[in-house]
Amino acid sequence: MLKIRDYSIKKKLTLMNMLVSGVTLLLACTAFGAYELATFRSTMVQNLSIQAQIVGANSASALLFNDAKSAVNTLSALKAAPAVLSGGIYTLAGESFAMYRRDTGGHSPPLPPMPAGQTEEHWFADKELKLIRSIVFQGKLIGTVYIRSDLQDMNDRLLRYAGMVVAVLSVSLIAAFLLLTTFQRAATRPILQLAETARIVSREKKYSVRAPSTDSHDEVGLLIEAFNEMLVQIQARDAALQTSQEELEQRVTQRTAELDAMNKELQAFTYSVAHDLRAPLRHIQGFSNLLMESFASQLEPEAKTFLQRIGEGTQQMGRLIDDLLSLARIGRQEPRLQATGLNSLVQEVLRDLKTETEGRDIHWQVGELPFVDCDPGLMKQVFYNLLSNAAKYSRPRKPAVIDIGQMSVEGQVVNFVRDNGVGFNMKYANKLFGVFQRLHRKEDFEGTGVGLATVQRIIHKHGGRIWAEAEIDKGATFFFSLTSQNDGRQTANGHEGGKNGYDKRT
Amino acid sequence: MVTTREHEEIGILLVEDDPLDLEMTMRALQSDHVKNSIEVARDGEEALDFLFCRGPHSGRSPESQPRLVLLDLKLPKIDGLEVLREIRSRPETRTIPVVVLTSSAEQRDIIETYKLGVNSYIQKPVDSTQFRQTVKAAGFYWLVVNRPPLVEA
Repeated sequence: MLKIRDYSIKKKLTLMNMLVSGVTLLLACTAFGAYELATFRSTMVQNLSIQAQIVGANSASALLFNDAKSAVNTLSALKAAPAVLSGGIYTLAGESFAMYRRDTGGHSPPLPPMPAGQTEEHWFADKELKLIRSIVFQGKLIGTVYIRSDLQDMNDRLLRYAGMVVAVLSVSLIAAFLLLTTFQRAATRPILQLAETARIVSREKKYSVRAPSTDSHDEVGLLIEAFNEMLVQIQARDAALQTSQEELEQRVTQRTAELDAMNKELQAFTYSVAHDLRAPLRHIQGFSNLLMESFASQLEPEAKTFLQRIGEGTQQMGRLIDDLLSLARIGRQEPRLQATGLNSLVQEVLRDLKTETEGRDIHWQVGELPFVDCDPGLMKQVFYNLLSNAAKYSRPRKPAVIDIGQMSVEGQVVNFVRDNGVGFNMKYANKLFGVFQRLHRKEDFEGTGVGLATVQRIIHKHGGRIWAEAEIDKGATFFFSLTSQNDGRQTANGHEGGKNGYDKRT
Repeated sequence: MVTTREHEEIGILLVEDDPLDLEMTMRALQSDHVKNSIEVARDGEEALDFLFCRGPHSGRSPESQPRLVLLDLKLPKIDGLEVLREIRSRPETRTIPVVVLTSSAEQRDIIETYKLGVNSYIQKPVDSTQFRQTVKAAGFYWLVVNRPPLVEA
């Protein structure tokens, strides 16, 4: 069963209005009824009093002359009033002198006791109106008239009145109900529509709907207006959000396209570098060689030195081009991860370095290195560059000592390559990995300044980082990790969700 | 300029647009007293004209074809890939050994030429000594060591 609280507005309004009008009508009818009753009673008393006075006046002589018969005659005039139950004339002593009764047989009722000092009185009691009036002759009290009247008239009238009240009440309530249902529709319809609109908005997230507005400027009208205004604002914001999102997506697409175009341009550039820069280099070298071979006998030693310089220059430029091309190639290729033992990579690199380090006294101290998920080709290049660097910059040492190992730094596995070479000033550590950045003079140590930039790029491609510590003339140590700081695991299965999701073990 | 020598065995058709590369290659090929004659085409169109006896070479006998084509990839007018495709699509030239001699080390070039049926792919070494040795070795291998099929006209 529903509580009144849970009734719909429509029901509540109907109930409230019916209650109010019912109670109002009932109160009005009650007040009116009470007034009617009082008026009727006083009229009754007045009428009966007049009759009693007439009877009293007419029976005065009969009382004086003790003529009871004449008094009865006078009393019989009361027959005309059907409500009168009985009428009697009493002597001063209170004895019954003459009597009239509407019903026959029965005794004359005794005079009711009078309040002291009063000769006239009336009572409503026992469903009767009892009235006593004095009979006065020439200023002297000679007797009393006592009339009883029933209240049939009044009761009938009250009954009729009650019936009328019931009729009026029910007709009024029905009329009120009908009127209410008509008028309340006008009052509740906008609210119901507003509620329905709110429901649609909250359920379907459709901000384009509007609550139908009313012409009225009452509170409901204001509410609907405010609600619609709110919807307008939400819709506008929604649209703005959508637009900015689309704009953002479009911008991303555009940027991606731009990036793609730039990448293609870069590829075309490196391609043309490979082709067009190499050819003239080969020519310079080729013809200076031919000069050297074919005209060796005619050349001064100084001329031969110059030709040698030309050869060295072209060789250096050839290396630069090769290194730059390899750096560019790494930039556009994604590492292909596979579980790789770093120890075997280091052994391969050491074999490759044999000719380069021939005649050198180098103590390679290779510790235990981990298995990692990496691109073996790229990682080999990392070790090649780092180890050949270590060998190069430790050239003045006899013996040179180069350590390769792993250690834990802040809970992360870090690989390192340490040499006892010439080191560098930590002031320039930030320049170490820049392209074409060199910390040593070419006369001391040859190089293109691309090797460490390539190493850094490969490490970054693997989500790791690289840094170095060094002291001039004491040596340098290069550290690198292969995963980001947040992901400290570096074992074969430690590279979850690698850049290309490659997770094949070989 | 291509000089047509009728009824004479043609050793190598060298397709090269760069004059200096051309000179270096010629020197490398001739230094070892290679007996075979060398024809030179300076672009793709000229190479195809020569092979198919068209245009300035319309008087040439189609029966005497070179025993080796040394082909550069980056060529004016018609590039090396197109020349290679054309050579492999015609019956009269299909069996001629073609060796690509180029500066490019791009994987896509290597893959593409092999797909088209190249016999060998040589990247021109930057070092001139290596260059000379490589060209000489290629000439020796394809003209002396290798046995080509007899071309059916």
